Amino acid sequence: MFREALAQFLPSLRALIVLTVLTGVLYPMAVTGVAQVLFPWQANGSLLMDGEKPVGSEWIGQPFKDPRYFWGRPSATGPFEYNAGASAGSNLGPTHPGFLKTVADRVQALHAADPERAGPVPVDLVTASGSGLDPHINPAAAEFQVHRVAQARGMDEDALRALVASCTEGRQFGCLGEARVHVLKLNLALDARKPGAR
Amino acid sequence: MNANALIQTGLYLVALLGLSVPLGWYMARVFAGNPPGLARILMPLERLLYRLFGVRPETDMTWKTYAVAMLVFNGLGALAVYAIQRLQGNLPLNPQAFPGVSPDSSFNTAASFATNTNWQGYGGETTMSYFSQTIALSVQNFVSAATGMACLLPLIRGFTRKTSEQIGNFWSDLTRSTLYVLLPLSFVLAVALVSQGVVQNFTPYRTVPLMETARYEMPKTGDDGKTVVDEQGNPKMEKAEAKEVALPMGPAASQIAIKQLGTNGGGFFNVNSAHPFENPTPLTNFLEMLAILLISAALCHTFGIMVGDRRQGWAILAVMTLVFAGFLFLCCAAEQSGNPRLSEAGADLAARDPYAPERISERWGTRQNGEIRPNAQSGGNMEGKETRFGIVDSALWATATTCASNGSVNAMHDSFTPLGGLVPMLTMQLGEVIFGGVGCGLYGMLIFVISTVFIAGLMVGRTPEYLGKKIEAYEMKMAALVILTPCVLTLACTALALTAGAGPSSMLNPGAHGFSEVLYAYSSMSNNNGSAFAGFNANVPFHNTLGGFAMLISRFWLAVPVLAIAGALARKKSVPPGAGTLPTHTPLFVALLTAKVLVVGALTFIPALALGPIVEHLQMIR
Repeated sequence: MFREALAQFLPSLRALIVLTVLTGVLYPMAVTGVAQVLFPWQANGSLLMDGEKPVGSEWIGQPFKDPRYFWGRPSATGPFEYNAGASAGSNLGPTHPGFLKTVADRVQALHAADPERAGPVPVDLVTASGSGLDPHINPAAAEFQVHRVAQARGMDEDALRALVASCTEGRQFGCLGEARVHVLKLNLALDARKPGAR
Repeated sequence: MNANALIQTGLYLVALLGLSVPLGWYMARVFAGNPPGLARILMPLERLLYRLFGVRPETDMTWKTYAVAMLVFNGLGALAVYAIQRLQGNLPLNPQAFPGVSPDSSFNTAASFATNTNWQGYGGETTMSYFSQTIALSVQNFVSAATGMACLLPLIRGFTRKTSEQIGNFWSDLTRSTLYVLLPLSFVLAVALVSQGVVQNFTPYRTVPLMETARYEMPKTGDDGKTVVDEQGNPKMEKAEAKEVALPMGPAASQIAIKQLGTNGGGFFNVNSAHPFENPTPLTNFLEMLAILLISAALCHTFGIMVGDRRQGWAILAVMTLVFAGFLFLCCAAEQSGNPRLSEAGADLAARDPYAPERISERWGTRQNGEIRPNAQSGGNMEGKETRFGIVDSALWATATTCASNGSVNAMHDSFTPLGGLVPMLTMQLGEVIFGGVGCGLYGMLIFVISTVFIAGLMVGRTPEYLGKKIEAYEMKMAALVILTPCVLTLACTALALTAGAGPSSMLNPGAHGFSEVLYAYSSMSNNNGSAFAGFNANVPFHNTLGGFAMLISRFWLAVPVLAIAGALARKKSVPPGAGTLPTHTPLFVALLTAKVLVVGALTFIPALALGPIVEHLQMIR
């Protein structure tokens, strides 16, 4: 057995080195080359630009607390929410007492921010996303906030709804995934509409 | 199951089963040394690789030589991964200047990636340099998957060869799997993923401004670099703010493609395919899910073609699909009905479709329009899930990734409802034979076939046979070893971790859910899956070491007995089927095999599951 292992040692070592070059060097380089030529914007983080200046990424959500902005999903990243450098979910189980209290607090905070908007809160707005970087909320979660944002900005609710609809996507090809509203784009559009806003 | 769930899961199964047929045919041609069509342009490269390895691919090996070659090659691979992680700080392609990884974590990761498990105790974007990700981890993604296929082929040859001592050449099986199957598929998938927004570059992390400054508190650090604590021993907090944020970058797409196709599952980023840079759109999600099961499903057809009876492959695929669909339904239903405690807290869990029923004919091809109903939401248990995937895609992924030994996630399994989380746990505990890992899933299932045939033989009092080969005491002993090893490992390691005290201190959640975290961790490592109830802090020396050994044992103590069975079968004469031979392509056999897989899993694990998810479910609904 030992002699067998010795006989296989050299081919194993050579195979490992050659396959490392093939799959660890040539393969990622080939994909990078093709990606950078065909899809340079996507391959480099899908940055949203304001002129020359990046203002965020298409795929990475940002934290919002100001009532004049739409708020995204709660985020479990540390040390602050939506820290793109350290993605994380809460990993709290469905019966964790701290988790249930956190959800109840979030519901209360949302009602406190807009006492006139009664009724249950869309589940997206009170549960942390898997990545902590979710750039989207469901249409129901946006609709829940329309009244608050319109009041804070002195905007007409229907005009605001039209803006929300312009940042809403259906299921991809009509059947994959879920309908969603892009929070960062929506807030950028809000600020673009009202120059001088913070 | 609402209409959306039926459409999305139906589409998935149709695409999976449809694509498995041509890919299965293609792989059968490749493994016979006769690749079809365009793939022939790779043949000179194949010959060049053999020359560089210094091997003669036409020399057939005995099962012992084959096993030794496989073990030495994988051992060297594990050593390389260990060394690269330890030396990471001194190696190039490390723009974030990450230091070397600790010895226990390096050992665990080396064992994990060499065994196709891809259990991850670390967070990718805060631990691993681009060098470690590509040269160490990506390479193992390829070769561990190719090793899985290379251990399946001898078993198939065992059925087809007669009175032969040889079962094939390891180097040729390894090379063909990598060159003709994994590399081209990964390349196509990687480019498709980039087109949707998965990052692929070698640049340092990009900094972008935040629209609204994030204000937060964090523990105060003194001049000595230690956290300042007050009289009670609590860390003193100080105010901090962030005006900008770093976006992680790197060659993600190329690694994600192979981690899905090779049933590896090790994510580029901490939250794996829940990360928007790893899985930005529902389309990338669909493709990545397809890639999880595609090769394993196709290998069933390859098997059927190679043994000269395609019905045998279909029968096995039918068993896998049936069990998969059952678990998928359970997981989807549990997650959609959600957590009643959140309703009580004032959350709205109802599912409402974005399209009005009368507009359903217009929905196809709708991408962006004003026809989305403003009250639409996927509802259900959304903790740990991404909005763009919702409930159905998350439950579908969880079931697929644990039926296969993939272990990548697009939602946090730790936050699933108790019964929703029971599904991924149990599908792993079934031994990763429902599709399973590439190669190893099917060889695991063939071992279950052998033992099913054996039991059926006992019932009618005849020597059992499968595909013309008599199943005798030696094969059954080895088969029992293959079936029981992961079961024993799972339960023994869970018990050890719980009693040694390292288990409870690593739990994030209290009570029954904490037990589930430990059971899940050791189910995952002992079955080479790699997914986690990720609140469990596994990156401590105890779990890194115990889990590392569990992964090595469950990979190689299964692969070697399988090769031994292959050798024993190849040595036998072939007997023509007689009147008493049990046909193994009939619905009756499909039912027998399904029952066998489920009964072994259920008898072994229901007592443990009763202590975890089942108790928690009762607590949740009160």
